[in-house]
Amino acid sequence: MYVVIVGAGKVGWNLARELINKRHEVTVIESDAHRFAVVEQELEHSAMYGDGSELWVLERSGIERADLVVAVTGDDEDNILISQVAREKYGTPRVVARCNNPRNLQHFELLGVRPVISATDLILRLIEHEVPKYGLVHLLDLPEERLEIIELEVGDGSPAAGRAVKDLGLPDGSLVISILREGGGFVPTGDSVIEPGDEVLVVLDVGIESRVTELFTARTAA
Amino acid sequence: MYCGLGMFVLIVGCGRVGSAIANSMMEEGHDVSVLDEDAEAIALLDRGQESSWEERGGQFTEGTALEIDALLAAGIERADAFVASTDGDNTNLVIAQVAKRRFNVDRVVVRVLDPARARWYAEQGLQTVCPTQTAIELLEAAVRGQIRFEGVAG
Repeated sequence: MYVVIVGAGKVGWNLARELINKRHEVTVIESDAHRFAVVEQELEHSAMYGDGSELWVLERSGIERADLVVAVTGDDEDNILISQVAREKYGTPRVVARCNNPRNLQHFELLGVRPVISATDLILRLIEHEVPKYGLVHLLDLPEERLEIIELEVGDGSPAAGRAVKDLGLPDGSLVISILREGGGFVPTGDSVIEPGDEVLVVLDVGIESRVTELFTARTAA
Repeated sequence: MYCGLGMFVLIVGCGRVGSAIANSMMEEGHDVSVLDEDAEAIALLDRGQESSWEERGGQFTEGTALEIDALLAAGIERADAFVASTDGDNTNLVIAQVAKRRFNVDRVVVRVLDPARARWYAEQGLQTVCPTQTAIELLEAAVRGQIRFEGVAG
């Protein structure tokens, strides 16, 4: 695979190194002369000096034959533009862009730049996974398919504890796809009984999350 | 008064170009709003004028061009014309497309210094103005002797 990476910051440099180790052909473009000099010492001819948002620089990097373009500069407007011209002008089959400021995600979406990696968002999700708020974690959102997968903790006082999946009264458009227990996990049947301390993965239609979570969340005694 | 007759013009980027367009449009009787990330940039609007920009009815918003909240505060929703004239080509090209696609601004013009990108985005339907290209053409014509100008041309 031939990969053009724009931006040799920590992300771009490490990505280039990993891809080269996996025997891919890589060019990483860097516009800062000092940074380029540092990166070139290690990456040699895989490093290229220039402003990766200029078309002639992209063309010199061989973007026309690239299988993948990765835009990971520190400027969101640059990443948006690079992704846009890669896809629309040079027909790059796959483009991945980095979004530095999550507030700019809407611009990426508006201009059709997908997929977008937002480190802030990723870290936030990891933190949520480690420190679940209300015992609920969003594992995966599929906005186009209008589906999401969530993870729920079953507490001691949860109304779901001790009940079989088929007796939970789950609303239409939701399904328990996995029960995680004591370091393992299994795909339940309708007769599987949920125990306190379980973690339950549920796939559901967008918009019915609160109706699902209330079946699992302990109600405080009146 | 020009009430109801003029356009509402939003200019993002208040440097030499943006401030000059802002003052011209104001003199022609349009409502003009200017957005710049530097609060001091308003000084350019007052340069050589008898009264201040705001006394003359102009609007000035301090904010970053990519922030939707800043564009909203500057009045993008009621803009008839939008000028992207910050010092960054990529910023200009992104906000011009935001103005056009998201806010459906009727007339969007964008300054792009790089001739190659100006040409490609013009082909995609943006009204781009490339000062570099204009300078190249004028200077070439002057070198060939096809045109001759006294003082400043362009």
